[in-house]
Amino acid sequence: MIGWFRRVWETDPRKDPNSVVYIILALVALTFPIIANVLSGGKPNFLLSVAGDAGVYVLLTLGLNVVVGMAGLLDLGYAAFFAIGAYTFAFLASDHLVVTPLQMAVHIPFWIVLIIALFVAASFGLILGAPTLRLRGDYLAIVTLGFGEIVPRVFKNASVWTSGVNGISALDTPMLPFWLQGPWSGDPLQVVQNFKIFDPLAYYVIMVVLLFMCVILVRNLQHSRMGRAWAAIREDEVAAAAMGVNTVQAKLLAFSIGAAFSGFAGTFYGAKLSLVSPENFGFTVSITVLVMVVLGGMGNIPGVMAGSLLVYYVIFILLPQLPDLAVSLANAIGLSGLTQSSGDFPGIGEFVSRLKFLVFGLILVVVMLVRPQGLVPSRERQQELTKGTHDDTTIEDVNAETT
Amino acid sequence: MTGLPSAASSAPPEVVLRLDHVVKRFGGLVAVNDVSFDVKKGEVFALIGPNGAGKTTLFNGVTGLLPPTSGSVIFEGREIAGTKPHKVAELGIARTFQNIRLFEYMTALENILVGEHCRMHAKLWDSLFKTPRERREEKAVTERAMDLLRYVGIDKWANSYARNLPYGGQRRLEIARALATKPRLLLLDEPAAGFTPQEKVELMRLVGRILESGVTVFLIEHDMKVVMGISKRIVVLDHGEMIAQGTPEEVRANPRVIEAYLGKQH
Repeated sequence: MIGWFRRVWETDPRKDPNSVVYIILALVALTFPIIANVLSGGKPNFLLSVAGDAGVYVLLTLGLNVVVGMAGLLDLGYAAFFAIGAYTFAFLASDHLVVTPLQMAVHIPFWIVLIIALFVAASFGLILGAPTLRLRGDYLAIVTLGFGEIVPRVFKNASVWTSGVNGISALDTPMLPFWLQGPWSGDPLQVVQNFKIFDPLAYYVIMVVLLFMCVILVRNLQHSRMGRAWAAIREDEVAAAAMGVNTVQAKLLAFSIGAAFSGFAGTFYGAKLSLVSPENFGFTVSITVLVMVVLGGMGNIPGVMAGSLLVYYVIFILLPQLPDLAVSLANAIGLSGLTQSSGDFPGIGEFVSRLKFLVFGLILVVVMLVRPQGLVPSRERQQELTKGTHDDTTIEDVNAETT
Repeated sequence: MTGLPSAASSAPPEVVLRLDHVVKRFGGLVAVNDVSFDVKKGEVFALIGPNGAGKTTLFNGVTGLLPPTSGSVIFEGREIAGTKPHKVAELGIARTFQNIRLFEYMTALENILVGEHCRMHAKLWDSLFKTPRERREEKAVTERAMDLLRYVGIDKWANSYARNLPYGGQRRLEIARALATKPRLLLLDEPAAGFTPQEKVELMRLVGRILESGVTVFLIEHDMKVVMGISKRIVVLDHGEMIAQGTPEEVRANPRVIEAYLGKQH
């Protein structure tokens, strides 16, 4: 551990930005409750709750990164697995099944559903992947796009089971496992007794633990036999097959591991919101997560996490505040007349609010122009986009030398 | 060389690879027409012929990338025509590509580790949780990969991206990656293409060492010096047909071969 710290301390951040980003992310994650407390003047619940939601996206991004970044399979329907995870929790941890043909409620603890949802989502990854992964590139993207549309629609229309557009509400609140409540549940402080997790801080802690776990697992995977097989498939599928990589199996595995992450994310999301509805898993979710992966630095774990936090901040915090910011800016610089509507002009607030997504688009375009390789790119992407400008000899040079 | 298969026994030569009436059609085009020959254990067997003769198509047929239309391919007594490429590699046939197909944005070492893939045992579980078994295997496999890099003489580039290796290094890396799959039959598709005379000599030495380690070598090559220098037997293809077979001397004297290469005499 100390050795690791020293190594990280001594690495040049320009040469190895990954360690630095890992450390920043970990420190922020661990101290965020305190930061939130300070920022909000003692009422951190809102910020913590937002952070929990952002964590859902980080989790999704980690999963999609396995599919898109590591194995190079363009998946445009990732939200489908998110939906499957969330609905799994909704079915298994609410009274809802009473009103379905099953006529009995199932209440499985959150922690167990996490595992179940993981397997359910992974299985759907296999089922959806099996017929499609023989396709390559653009064709795969189109088919996954189709699945991404079909799954929420099934949840919407199979209303006997899912109550359709209304979704499923009043989902169970996670409880601390009973064995955690055991020895000290009778103490006078009653900290843990019958501890129901309503508190945004508790959700935040669960999310951080989940994220730490997932990052470690997915990192292990990246530097393993399977991770290398994925990279090989991404680089040259034919050569990978000729070298003994079972490409169909490896791609299926990437697909279902990616799906497993969104099973986690879905369960957490359902539990925190206590509601799932087919409207929450549309195409925009898939695309948002894909944007997070690409913008953060495809294939690089700390990169995609940073990317997802940035994009989450822009979409869910910055953009909604933009009209208010514009109004206060106008007031501050003495143009308060702009805040009133006149003629065709609806007032600066409304005007900016209409431009929100234009601004979002501009931000994306600018980021991708400035850093096409992503915020914290993997070494590979870095190389790919700086072809020939490095001091390394390129193949072309050597060809010229030898012929 | 440590990890490579042990030396070939001195028993009478047995057939490693047998092609029996192999045909490959692409629509109306017959790329390989009724080709039959045997590759014997412990020899360097060469496949030559003018451009477009169907040599690489034949390699693709053997390795399962483009299965033959008809005919059979028998490897160590086992029918492998139509077998999936990764299965073929598992059975013990490895290949290199005419236009180098390395994993460009992986390091030389990682390229070889991919070659080791089919000989490794780590399951998903082991990789996810970095079990002691997985760590041991990774360590062993990495050492073996470094050995292979040294074996072909490119260990100083172990941590460079494959695309940043000099051309000759890339060709060598491809051979090392193929050897990492622990093959008993190695298919080399124009290994000397673009080489300087010096590099060609080194390549021939390398092929000699590979042969000594017990791997049968089956190669496609244009450079007659290389072909005549290292191969024991040669098959000549022209327009998908086999026009000659025999020792280098026999092939060199064969009028049909001369015609195919130099055109008809007037």
